[in-house]
Parts: sequence; structure tokens; C-alpha cells
Amino acid sequence: MTTASPEKVDPGVQKDLTPDEITLADTPWVTLVWNDPVNLMSYVTFVFQKHFGYGKKKAEKLMMEVHEDGRSVVSTGTREEMERDVQAMHEYGLWATLSKAE
Amino acid sequence: MASSTTGFVRHRRSKRAIATFSVFEADLLRSLAAQLVELLHNESAVLKTERDPLEALLDFSGPTTEPEDPVLRRLFPNAYRDDGEAASEFRRFTEGELRDGKSRAAGTIIDVLEEAGLPAEPTDDGISIDVELDEATALVWLRSLTDLRLALGTRLEVEEGDEEYWYSLPDEDPRLQAHHIYEWLGFLQETLVHALR
Repeated sequence: MTTASPEKVDPGVQKDLTPDEITLADTPWVTLVWNDPVNLMSYVTFVFQKHFGYGKKKAEKLMMEVHEDGRSVVSTGTREEMERDVQAMHEYGLWATLSKAE
Repeated sequence: MASSTTGFVRHRRSKRAIATFSVFEADLLRSLAAQLVELLHNESAVLKTERDPLEALLDFSGPTTEPEDPVLRRLFPNAYRDDGEAASEFRRFTEGELRDGKSRAAGTIIDVLEEAGLPAEPTDDGISIDVELDEATALVWLRSLTDLRLALGTRLEVEEGDEEYWYSLPDEDPRLQAHHIYEWLGFLQETLVHALR
């Protein structure tokens, strides 16, 4: 439950935040792509290049992580950005989820 | 069947991805795409399960629960693994759009094949269907071939490294025949990825 604060809000950095709280607020989100038995390795690499603009080497490395480790972090950013990436991955037929960075 | 086509190649001068299909192959591809369109519209994208009637009336947006059909569950997976509420919200705002996109993409495959001369009622009289895809259309095909493979692979319960199992099935087993089609779609997709590089 919450109410709008009657006090004037300081738009600047709140000086009373502990370093931990600052880190928490800044915790980025990540897009994870999970391994599946259907998608072709060449296609997954292609999607990483096409959607994220990664070079072939990086795209192939991420694809191999998905293939061998079962999943890979393919992008990092705000929650909204990661939701857009996940939606794009679902458009491409890749199995993707988002979560807070560990 | 896979041997009767060379799949896609990149046309050197036009940079387009081109492929030649037999009428049988083109008809097969069309019928798979049509089935996908039907499936995407079949299970309503609007939540039907019991909920507060007022809430239901006031909600004009998309579904919030996972689809029942395993193929649709694979095409529209939960975006959050450990947060049901966030997954529902995400689904509500994206699933309708994703369904439309996938349905339009499958429709593009059908349109291209028919514009290339695939008759409504094909009789195999030896004609071939030549398709030529510009980059944007090739991308649509790539995505839709993925959807078709996900659909067929999910139905067949394909697993990684299960080739031995499929080869052990008797020739007349319909699952083996479906698996051949699944592999053929993979071959087509592989050649299309390379034609786009």
C-alpha cells in the first residue's frame, strides 16, 4: 500500500541511501535465451546478429553458451528494454525470459 | 523428399533468396502454414476461464494465462520464470500482437507460393514453383519456418540427439513421415539462413 508523498520530492540523489540500496536500485535486468531441441544453431546465431547487432563472433559465442550451458545472458538493460528484447526473441521463436541480473 | 530440392540459394545479382519447389513441396508448405494460421486463431487469445465478472467485462486486452496447447505454450512462453504476476502482465500486453505477427508471417508463405503459381487444387503435372524473396520477405519466411518447426517438433516431442530413435522407426510409421517433413523444414531454413548471410 502506498500514498503520494505530501513532501517536496528532491529529484536529485537521495543522500541518505546506503550503498547497498543504491546498488539495488541500479540492478540491471537481463534477457536469457534458453536451449531448445528445435532451433538451428545457424538461425540462433543469425537472430543474435540481426536483433542485437552483435558481430558474428559474439553471436556465435552466445549461441554456443545456450547450446552447451542450457542458457545464456544475451542482453542487459532496464526492465522495459529487456521486455522488448524478450518479445522480439519470441517473435523469432527463441525461448527467452527476463530477470534481475544476479 | 529433401533430396528433390536444393533449398534456397542467394541470387548473385538481385541478392534475393531463390528456391524451386515441386508442386508437392509447395502444397505441403502451404498446408502446414495454413494449419499454423488456424491453430493461432483456434484457441482464443482472450481469457475465458472463470474470474470476477466485472473484472472480465472491463478487460478488453489479451490473455493472462498460458495457452493450453503445448505448441502455443512453446510459441508464447512465459517471459518470467518465477513471477506469475509479471508473466501474466507481459502476456496480456504481448500475446495478441505476437499471435497476429506469426499468423501474418504464415500468410506470407501462402501468398508467395500462390503468387508463384501454386494452384488452389494442385495436380502434379510436373510444374515447379519458383519463389524469389527479397530480404524483408526472406526474414518473414525464416521466422515462420521456425514457427512451423516449433509446432511440428513440439507435436512430435523432438528431443536433442534423438536421431537414432527416428531412424529406428519403420518406414510406414506416420511419425517417421512427419519427422521427415520436420527435417525438410530444417533443411529449408538452414539454406535460407545461409542465403541471407
